[in-house]
Amino acid sequence: MSSLSLAVRDSKTMLRRNLLHARRYPSLTLNLLTTPIMLLLLFVYIFGDVMSAGIGGGGADRSDYIAYLVPGVLLMTIGSTTIGTAVSVAMDMSEGIIARFRTMAIHRSSVLIGHVAGSVLQALMSVIFVGAVGVAIGFRSTDATALEWIAAFGVLALFTLALTWIAVGMGLVSPNAEAASNTAMPLIFLPLISSTFVPIDAMPGWFQPIAEYQPFTPAIETVRGLLLGTEIGNNGWLAIGWSVALTALGYFWSKSVFNRDPK
Amino acid sequence: MPSPVMPTSRRADGGAQPAAVSATGLRKSYGDKTVLDGIDLRIPAGSIFALLGPNGAGKTTAVKILSTLISADGGEAQVAGHDVATSPHGVRSAIGVTGQFSAVDGLITGEENMLLMAELHHMSKSEGRRVAAELLERFDLVEAAKKPASTYSGGMKRRLDIAMTLVGGPRIIFLDEPTTGLDPRSRHNMWGIIRELVSDGVTVFLTTQYLEEADELADRIAVLNDGKIAAEGSADELKRLIPGGHVRLRFTDPAAYQSAAGALREATRDDEALSLQIPSDGTQRELRSILDWLDTAGIEADELTVHTPDLDDVFFALTGSTDKPKEAVR
Repeated sequence: MSSLSLAVRDSKTMLRRNLLHARRYPSLTLNLLTTPIMLLLLFVYIFGDVMSAGIGGGGADRSDYIAYLVPGVLLMTIGSTTIGTAVSVAMDMSEGIIARFRTMAIHRSSVLIGHVAGSVLQALMSVIFVGAVGVAIGFRSTDATALEWIAAFGVLALFTLALTWIAVGMGLVSPNAEAASNTAMPLIFLPLISSTFVPIDAMPGWFQPIAEYQPFTPAIETVRGLLLGTEIGNNGWLAIGWSVALTALGYFWSKSVFNRDPK
Repeated sequence: MPSPVMPTSRRADGGAQPAAVSATGLRKSYGDKTVLDGIDLRIPAGSIFALLGPNGAGKTTAVKILSTLISADGGEAQVAGHDVATSPHGVRSAIGVTGQFSAVDGLITGEENMLLMAELHHMSKSEGRRVAAELLERFDLVEAAKKPASTYSGGMKRRLDIAMTLVGGPRIIFLDEPTTGLDPRSRHNMWGIIRELVSDGVTVFLTTQYLEEADELADRIAVLNDGKIAAEGSADELKRLIPGGHVRLRFTDPAAYQSAAGALREATRDDEALSLQIPSDGTQRELRSILDWLDTAGIEADELTVHTPDLDDVFFALTGSTDKPKEAVR
């Protein structure tokens, strides 16, 4: 068997294993879904009137704010579910079966690729679910074409892949599940200091560069632009650049950590 | 240090039979602590080899290196003709490993664990099902097959672990302390399983802290102590190296003890426990002569026990340590 077909076959096996875990123990993924949904409902129904007064020059109503909020919450959903990736990778690495995999004639990285593929699928399903909640409470795209919808989904998928590889690396360097969820905190924290809830120019001047150039904001602005017709500017390239860079970083980092001798 | 030479089996063409496992000068340290200090091994194909040693002797480290889980700091090792450092994939395709800690996926069922192994050995679906069903049957796990492995008892987990190791028909099997933590019945079952393995021509490399277990199972035994091989040979060869077989007489009456101690000058005294130890190889003939002698001397002990050499004796004999713990402590 060629090394590529070996890699594909073993990765598919590992993916099936991870999906089996997820299907049988869905509580972790479901718990992580509650954060973005709670924040979505909180900011729309509790803070909605105040928040909407702060965007679009003051004349916006609640439905305008829902439109503004949903793209950011979708990205936050990705950040939130990839914490689950870090936790489940850390848990998995503490299991004896990983040592068994390491002594088997299989594609070595298939263990990691299985985790990544499984997590990306779960994260995208979560994004669709949260998106559906958004639509249910009134999110409507303004004249986005089918192509723009596909592009928006593509940006979300690419960003998911990037964060998942980073989360896998975080899980690998964490000694246990608790440590992994601490290490992965930035994945839930960064969306809070992005343009998810309020526009960047409403933030203090010294903070704006941080909020503007961190990975989440360009991705949020790109999805927003594609679905709502706002200005994308160079955010599209920034989002793709961040995604590719983080994917490469996460991939090589994870691989090198996994290839080290286990303790 | 006595170290009997391995018999070299010869083929018809006169060349030495390739060893299933061979190692020279294997070294490993963690920080300042040297775990393996240059060990040499040669295990002929189709035999059971036991690496015997106390906790912390380096047994698990040796298994981890030979099964390509970790790399050695120095030395060379070949497993199934492949170098562990330069051709780990070749080694991996010939071996099966059951580590000291359960290597099953607790979140999925026993059957799913088996099918996972079959898939990773690139078997077809039908072949995988057949092999999984066969092994579950053989290891008495059919009833539990549909339950999550995390709900299994220690003995069941260990059986599933070994069943998983056997998927794919490995030619060399590493078993790291296969019976540690098992109850006596499970331990005997495990011994039966291990004996069956070699009847198919498989080579078994096992580690244990029990001399009895090595004695029961292994063709060759190497005693590992402080990262070095202290001795190597068959069980009988090793036992001959070890004094320590003795008959122990215990008394309840101090006066009887004192008079016996006076009569048996060559016996080792333990005044606290009121017991005497007479060196003996444990044969019927020697036992009878001791009993005759005791009768003649008019000594009647309250308890007489025959002790054969155990692991402690092996270690004290082989490592030259003198601080042997008191019998009474055991």
